[in-house]
Amino acid sequence: MTTYTLRSKRRRAALRTAAFLSPWLIGFSVFFAYPLISTVYFSFMRYDGIRPPVFDGLDNWTYVFNDYPLFWPAVQNTLWLVLVAVTCRVAFGLGIGLLITKIKTGAGVFRTLFYLPYLAPPVAATLAFVFLLNPGTGPVNSILESFGISAPGWFTDPTWSKPALTILAVWGIGDLMVIFMASLLDVPKEQYEASKLDGASPWQQFRFITLPNISPIILFAVVTGVIQAMQYYTQPLVAGKVASGVIGGSGQQFEPGYPDKSTLTLPQIIYNAGFQRFDYGAAAVIALVLFGLSMLFTAFLMRSRGGLIRVGD
Amino acid sequence: MSIRTRKAATALAATAAIALMASACTGSSENEAQDDPKAKTTLTFWHGWSAASEVKAVQENVKRFEATHKNIKVKIVGNMTDDKINQALRAGGSSAPDVVSSFSTTTVGQFCSSGAFVDLNEYLKKSNIDPAKVFYKPLLDYTQFEGNQCSLPLLSDAYGLYYNKDAFKAAGITAPPKTWSEFEKVAQKLTKPKGAGYQQLGFMPNYHGYETTNSHYLSQWSPTYFDANGKSNVAKDPAFARMMTYQKGLVDKLGGYAKLEKYRNTFGDEWGAKHPFHTGQVAMQLDGEWRLGMAKDAGVKFDIGTAPLPVADDQVADYGKGYLAGTIIGIASTSKKKNAAWELVKYMTTDTAAVVAFSNGIRNVPSTIDALKSPDLKFDPAFKTFIDIAQHPKSNTSPANIDGGAYHTTLQDLAYQYEAGKVKDLQAGLEKAARQIDTDIAKLK
Repeated sequence: MTTYTLRSKRRRAALRTAAFLSPWLIGFSVFFAYPLISTVYFSFMRYDGIRPPVFDGLDNWTYVFNDYPLFWPAVQNTLWLVLVAVTCRVAFGLGIGLLITKIKTGAGVFRTLFYLPYLAPPVAATLAFVFLLNPGTGPVNSILESFGISAPGWFTDPTWSKPALTILAVWGIGDLMVIFMASLLDVPKEQYEASKLDGASPWQQFRFITLPNISPIILFAVVTGVIQAMQYYTQPLVAGKVASGVIGGSGQQFEPGYPDKSTLTLPQIIYNAGFQRFDYGAAAVIALVLFGLSMLFTAFLMRSRGGLIRVGD
Repeated sequence: MSIRTRKAATALAATAAIALMASACTGSSENEAQDDPKAKTTLTFWHGWSAASEVKAVQENVKRFEATHKNIKVKIVGNMTDDKINQALRAGGSSAPDVVSSFSTTTVGQFCSSGAFVDLNEYLKKSNIDPAKVFYKPLLDYTQFEGNQCSLPLLSDAYGLYYNKDAFKAAGITAPPKTWSEFEKVAQKLTKPKGAGYQQLGFMPNYHGYETTNSHYLSQWSPTYFDANGKSNVAKDPAFARMMTYQKGLVDKLGGYAKLEKYRNTFGDEWGAKHPFHTGQVAMQLDGEWRLGMAKDAGVKFDIGTAPLPVADDQVADYGKGYLAGTIIGIASTSKKKNAAWELVKYMTTDTAAVVAFSNGIRNVPSTIDALKSPDLKFDPAFKTFIDIAQHPKSNTSPANIDGGAYHTTLQDLAYQYEAGKVKDLQAGLEKAARQIDTDIAKLK
């Protein structure tokens, strides 16, 4: 009898726990587990969204890795953006955060000024950048040329298209700046005062006080930045499409990743394979590669922590 | 297996089962029409036109249909892109379209092979319509795939040459060039450099110069894209190498790729008033028949001349031909009102009076043989050039394929690389492109 009561009590407790957990469980199953499992399933199927799926073995995988002409350029571009754009974003975000915390007067104006671009919708911001950096008529190149500098082709030149995208990403730094500013203001003042008494230089203060204090925020910025860079879609797509001038029509084909596949990213080719070529199998493979790469990067960063997080953080 | 692992495995298996069941439920499409075309019904019709005058022309066309088919009402949804159309054809649902038109002919192969559009052969037979007697062959080529006539032409586009008559007069040129070698000389004569750029460029040869795509150029060499076995012919048919070599020569003669690209970046939007032909930045333009109306709407200050595009020097006898494409229309396989939908498609595509009236409204070339010869067709002498190109026996198109035009993109990729001087060995490039095209098609079959 006692055992029975105990068991039913336990069962009730378990049910209660499950009930409390259910919103998360439902969310996890519907928005994570189901899509992930069906993506794995479709990566082995030939499926165009209309005819029933047919098992295709490893065909989609070998096709994507060996024959899909957009795959490797997209992987390279994505990795480039992860390395360069994330580094620049974190460096600039931190730099501007530092600068603003040091400014005595008018800090509010600067804060607003640097935060505003973050509020611009990505399509509008990209269109504005394509206009500003237009090699023929854009004001940036006119100014550069008036100084006798041979101006680059920006979004129309494969060597300069990714740096142009990085400038665009750095321009919208507002979110990171705010986070860094909050963490910088959180660093205990007495540590600076004590170090000053010990004769520490500003660089030494930054290196041995500021950095260790804000290291978890830097790790956060890097991890979220890597995930953002991996999912970079709207800006490169709009920039490539607008700069190419080809809108599409009878006999016209839009060139993915204009110019010369240099603005292709993995999310773009998932869309291209899945919703333009209607090869859901290949799209599922690319989606899994993107998922795998994101997991790999995040796991690597969290595990190594780059010496950024101290014990107890 | 520990309890925790076992539980996780059960959850995973259950989710997988749901995923498999859900996916097994998708992908069904029925092709049989059960509805009564005489019953009262409402059809949903999607189209891509967006300019006010074009939208009005579509509405008027539909109104004429409704007047002759009192039982059918049509709900029109405009400004639809191919991406939206493709997704709606897969998703179905109550707001999905019954009848769909698209500007792109390259997706027809996908529409037909996947079954997204209904095969119209049976409907044509029931209505005693022989498509070969209604439409010219190139139009039937781009609206069907492997015998499956899943769409029909709804007006067509013919590509030709536009030229600035004032600039011609100023340069002492009396007639439009008929061969590509003549064209090269004329384009050079019309080019006036200014600093690092141009005051006036004779012709923008680069593939991104709006309609100067390789399929539009290629028509003038009459290429065969695929051999009898359906394999890519781009490395075997010399038309491809000859066109690309000619285009590259033109690029080099008119100032070189980099200089031309920089100039191209000063051009206004293709569909706006500041198009480089309207502004006088280029003196000649490869374009479709719609440019005439657009140029007039933009209020250009010079006399516009039109002519067929030049032909290869050894094909002078074929002068007058051009590239043909156009809007296509079909019935969604998810539609429950296919017989009523056929009434609308039949009216819009085969009724001579309807096609002529719609052509007059939209300012596109009519798509039926009878409409092209109709006395009710309103056009000025410059537009007649395109009516003639549409009827020329050697005019051609690029065929529909299962890859939805990916073969164009592959060829185009090579063309971009070659015009920019990044690919030196053209034949090797064409062979690689042919292998890629064959691989892509094999993957989708």
